[in-house]
Amino acid sequence: MKEIKFKPKSKLKEFLGEKFIAVNAFAALIGILLIFTFIFKEALPIFTDSETREEAGVDKMVFKQEYYEGRPSKWSWQPNSEVPKYSLFPLFIGSLKAALIAMLFAVPLGVGAAIYSSEFASRRMRELIKPVIELLAALPSVVLGFFALIVLATFIQNLLGLTFRLNALNAGIALGLAVIPIVFTVAEDAMTSVPQSLRDAAIALGASPWQVSVSMVFPAALPGIAAGVVLGFGRAIGETMIVLMASGNAAIISASLTDSVRTFSATIAAELAEVVFGSTHYSVLFFIGTLLFVLTFVINLTGDMVLHKLKERLQGKLR
Amino acid sequence: MKRIFIIALAMTLLIGVVVARNTITVKGSDTLVRLGQRWAEEYMKTHPEIVIQVSGGGSGTGIAALINGGTDICQASREMKDKEYEQAAEVGVEPFRISVALDGIAVFLNEENPVDVLSTAQLKGIYTGAITNWKEVGGADDKIILYGRENNSGTYAFFKEHVLDKEDYSDYTQTLPGTAAVVNAVSKDKNGIGYGGIAWAKGVKYAAVKKNDTTEAVLPTVETVSDGSYPIARELYWFFNGKPEGKLKALVNWALSAEGQKLAEEIDYVPLLDKQAKANMVD
Amino acid sequence: MIEPIKIDRPPDRQIPRELVFRPKSSGVVPRGLTLAAVLIIVVILAIILGNIFIGGVGTINWKFLTHPPEQGMEAGGIFPAIFGTVALVILMVIAVVPVGVLTAVFLHEYTSPTSRVTRLIRVAINNLAGVPSIVFGLFGLGFFIGFVGGAFDSIFYRGEGPVWGQPAIIWAALTLALLTLPVVIVSTEEALRTIPSEIKDASYALGATRLQTIARVIIPQALPGVFTGSILAVSRGAGEVAPIMFTGAAYYLPYLPTRLNDQFMELGYHIYVMATQSPDIEATKPILYGTVLVLLLLTFMLNFVAIMIRSRMRKKRVNA
Repeated sequence: MKEIKFKPKSKLKEFLGEKFIAVNAFAALIGILLIFTFIFKEALPIFTDSETREEAGVDKMVFKQEYYEGRPSKWSWQPNSEVPKYSLFPLFIGSLKAALIAMLFAVPLGVGAAIYSSEFASRRMRELIKPVIELLAALPSVVLGFFALIVLATFIQNLLGLTFRLNALNAGIALGLAVIPIVFTVAEDAMTSVPQSLRDAAIALGASPWQVSVSMVFPAALPGIAAGVVLGFGRAIGETMIVLMASGNAAIISASLTDSVRTFSATIAAELAEVVFGSTHYSVLFFIGTLLFVLTFVINLTGDMVLHKLKERLQGKLR
Repeated sequence: MKRIFIIALAMTLLIGVVVARNTITVKGSDTLVRLGQRWAEEYMKTHPEIVIQVSGGGSGTGIAALINGGTDICQASREMKDKEYEQAAEVGVEPFRISVALDGIAVFLNEENPVDVLSTAQLKGIYTGAITNWKEVGGADDKIILYGRENNSGTYAFFKEHVLDKEDYSDYTQTLPGTAAVVNAVSKDKNGIGYGGIAWAKGVKYAAVKKNDTTEAVLPTVETVSDGSYPIARELYWFFNGKPEGKLKALVNWALSAEGQKLAEEIDYVPLLDKQAKANMVD
Repeated sequence: MIEPIKIDRPPDRQIPRELVFRPKSSGVVPRGLTLAAVLIIVVILAIILGNIFIGGVGTINWKFLTHPPEQGMEAGGIFPAIFGTVALVILMVIAVVPVGVLTAVFLHEYTSPTSRVTRLIRVAINNLAGVPSIVFGLFGLGFFIGFVGGAFDSIFYRGEGPVWGQPAIIWAALTLALLTLPVVIVSTEEALRTIPSEIKDASYALGATRLQTIARVIIPQALPGVFTGSILAVSRGAGEVAPIMFTGAAYYLPYLPTRLNDQFMELGYHIYVMATQSPDIEATKPILYGTVLVLLLLTFMLNFVAIMIRSRMRKKRVNA
């Protein structure tokens, strides 16, 4: 090894150096705060400017509006109309539908695969499954969107005879593929972290491997699995490219899973190019961005807290 | 040593900024983007010192960029709205409009669809959601699937103003980001209907459109758009900030010249009549 | 029915309940079902990769990778998109790696895992990782282009059209840097954890200050992790489209980005625009598939290298 000589350094350089490191360390924190500040700042006119409030105040975005005299009031998103309509409800339904379908698809597959990997698989199998999931996670969302648009949509339409080629189901499945790695990783992590002592205790009492899983591992790891689902849902709500390319982008309010949908994220991506800076439409898009930020923030915080509690539970109290 | 290298690298990168590129930015209508790109390609061949950068995004995008200062030329397939003129005035932008070509908005039908002819009233009914089944317009008993454009599209806006009489599209219209996507969707969907510039259709058939029940139904072609017999025809515009001068003026006059207009016709756009083109040139 | 032992009390102090594991459930059905889940995932992945490979492999050749597009994307190559992607991630790495490494060092060396500062920074990192990519795009537009770029312009370029206050590769790179910051931090932290404390002690024993130890001992030791993090960040950054849609990516440029305030073509953005807005979908399909395949190969290659480095690093940790 090379001889390491440490020449004495000046106290000032030392001090500045350490402060420099500390400042950099707060970058993530500053970043998050900046993001929220600047996005919310551009959305402020919705609350402060009277003209903007007239067109797109919070009440207009939430409640049914009677846009034309004599016609029934409804929720509608048509920002480029003679009478601009800024109801967020269709977009909310859109995001929700896509995310729910994604979870319905991703949770059984992700949790199921995680259970197999942690409870049944041999060491070698586990070494094979992990890269597969990582490969899935490495797929850029634009590629998943591309696949859904070009291949999956036709497949589903031919299989189910659907009217709309691009719809919530199509986007939801592709979204689910993006979410599976998250659910799998967190759930598998939680299950493999269950202390061996618990498993040993059950084995000692005569349990078969599956009985060990059901009696010991699942109850212990359940918060972790739940956290994985929550974090996956956060990803599903916020994802942009997949829904932009595969969902049809029609702001429809309906219960059908095979109708097209328009999500919050896709709306921003599709419409941001054409807004005049400072217009009402501009403020509304930034408001949607703020909404997304807050929503995913809360979801992720919840998931992280649950994971944190779980870690404490498994490691702290059971030595 | 490493530090010197990094600083040198940084400086070379920044210095480039001071010497600005001789670029013309063209943004806007997806209907016009092919034409814009073709014109740019040809023009740059004979004017190698100029760089023309063309992108789409929709007429609304181009207009917003013109107002925001993000583009030299805005391509638009519709006129600017009053509100947009207001917004421009607020920031000191004076939109100067020149029409550079003509276009018809074709109605696309799947080749297997028995329907061939639609009146503008029927089109309005279909796209506002009043008519929902093909049998109501002489076709099979099937639900009509509507394909349309995003709300930043000039084609969207023009169709809405002139065919829908400013009413809203049905919520069930699938929004697609470009005319090509609309054509593609209709070609794959036998119950689909779409609209878009006539320079695009591949794999679909045009509906012959009639103004009302008494007139002849007309297919969109270069001739019928030029002579005005096709009911859904429009001008395609270039908007500038103030009257164009220098390199911008040279470019637009070239586009309006016989050479430029012939190029437009070669790629299936409808050229302006000679008289009109000459009248539009900037002096 | 099995009665599980309550697990919030240590087992050996537990008053044992009657626990009988009757050898009923052999676990064949659950095993089968969960294996099916694994297989379904594998099959779907194989279909996607297979479809892309078959669709794109015919298009990739030397010309495709080194020539610009021609005839409105119906012919030619995607070189500018490759160049733009590379330039973008290089700038991104320059921005994100120093900050990420220093953050990880700070968390590892300067704070205790339970202090409030640590928890605050960790919350920030975790949430940064969860912010939707389009929100990053909004941030890039509102902050970098609008605020920073606008400020630059009004101070240095008064009177001229926007120079920095418009979509540019530097802003897109900075936006992506913020997005990939958590990846770099986490990777570096993993590496820092593998450094045995004896090495640090030795350094201090030789009279080094904390800063010197960090610079000369710790960071060099952690380089594999830093490297892994950079590669993962690059792989992630090359694939994200939403953050760069409004901060600098363009579909057709007749020049390559050589200045910090140039726009750029990029693989992911190219795929998006071509897939949704190309004039002749059938004609551009081969090129579209080719581009997707190039992006995928790039991504997977990078991930593979990162995984190799990381697994070798982990083995080192186990043996330490």
